Amino acid sequence: MNLISLFVASILTENIVLMKFLGICPFVGTSSKEKSAFGMGIAVTLVITLSAIMTYLLYYYILVPTNTTYLKTLSFVLVVACMVQLIEMLIHKWNPKLYQSLGIYLPLITTNCAVLGVLLLNITNHYSFLEMLIFSIGSSLGFTIVIYIFATIREILEKRNVPNCFKGYPIALITASIMALLFSRYFII
Amino acid sequence: MKIIKNGILNENPVFVLLLGLCSTLAITTKFENAYLMGICVTLVLIVSNFVVSIIRKWIPSSVKTPVYILIIATLVTIMELLLQYYARDVYDIFGIYLPLIVVNCIILGRALAVASKKTVGKSVLDGIGIGFGYTIALMVIACIREVLGNNTITFMDSISSITGYRAIYRVFPENELIPMSFLISPAGAFLTLGILMAIFNAIHKGGKHESN
Repeated sequence: MNLISLFVASILTENIVLMKFLGICPFVGTSSKEKSAFGMGIAVTLVITLSAIMTYLLYYYILVPTNTTYLKTLSFVLVVACMVQLIEMLIHKWNPKLYQSLGIYLPLITTNCAVLGVLLLNITNHYSFLEMLIFSIGSSLGFTIVIYIFATIREILEKRNVPNCFKGYPIALITASIMALLFSRYFII
Repeated sequence: MKIIKNGILNENPVFVLLLGLCSTLAITTKFENAYLMGICVTLVLIVSNFVVSIIRKWIPSSVKTPVYILIIATLVTIMELLLQYYARDVYDIFGIYLPLIVVNCIILGRALAVASKKTVGKSVLDGIGIGFGYTIALMVIACIREVLGNNTITFMDSISSITGYRAIYRVFPENELIPMSFLISPAGAFLTLGILMAIFNAIHKGGKHESN
């Protein structure tokens, strides 16, 4: 597939949050504030990109030659956990200010479906190294964009008069549904 | 009994706790996938709750989360291998959503909140209750999405290699109702869950209000 179209698709039409439902928990749970959504987005982008490279090398240079591909889930989870820890320590050392604003989101990322999902998709889609890189960056950018837009909408929604039973999560999900429609190819076809 | 009911109603993982939505939304395009996913998650949940509550006294609280994640990942890998061997079609349909059970917040959440504190019996019961609640929620969502979106209901299709026969039914007579394929699309998943959650809220909180 053309690299540019892969990039655009991974941000818009194949968006991991709205089309593949990865990373819904932070999407619905933590994204009620604009600023924290942005922080979360950056942290996720960092973790996805770095651990995608790591797991890709791990899968094709260790697991495949030794014929232990069934260990991929287990080893990928470990890589993500280590990566999160490593990034946490590095940011803490280099930029304490950034650490203070990102710090609370970093541990949460270990159990973020978006991270493991992208890593597994890289493998199941048989991407080459370059395609894998483009796809990882594109989808984490897509995650950031969607979570940011969604947080802005929710901040406005909080001030509106919503029927009682729709307050909180239900209205958020319906908002997500409309966003998914806008991002999908539904209208384009 | 009380713990199981709690898992289905008061702490329903999907409608109340809002956990494990990734697989909930992705897999509910067919009724069959929904209950199979429910069974997989329930099994993993019960076993992980069991193991975690047995070893809870030996695990220092500083390494709790990584240890639990490893236990869950191991269980999911076993589940993956079993499905790959016995039910290849199901394995193919679930795709990446099967390994994603590892990061399904329900299982880690229950391990941290319940299994690491309570006795073995209670943790297992909690696993059964929450698993049932999850499965029922998935089945309801899938039922609505498949019947209205595709005008069919699939009881057995990809597991027909095990059970021996297929069961796919057409619900409404043809040409009576044009299927709303919108509901099968991702946007429809969000919409269905949103509306269902609102209904659940209305009924549940309404009931609570009366008893107060």
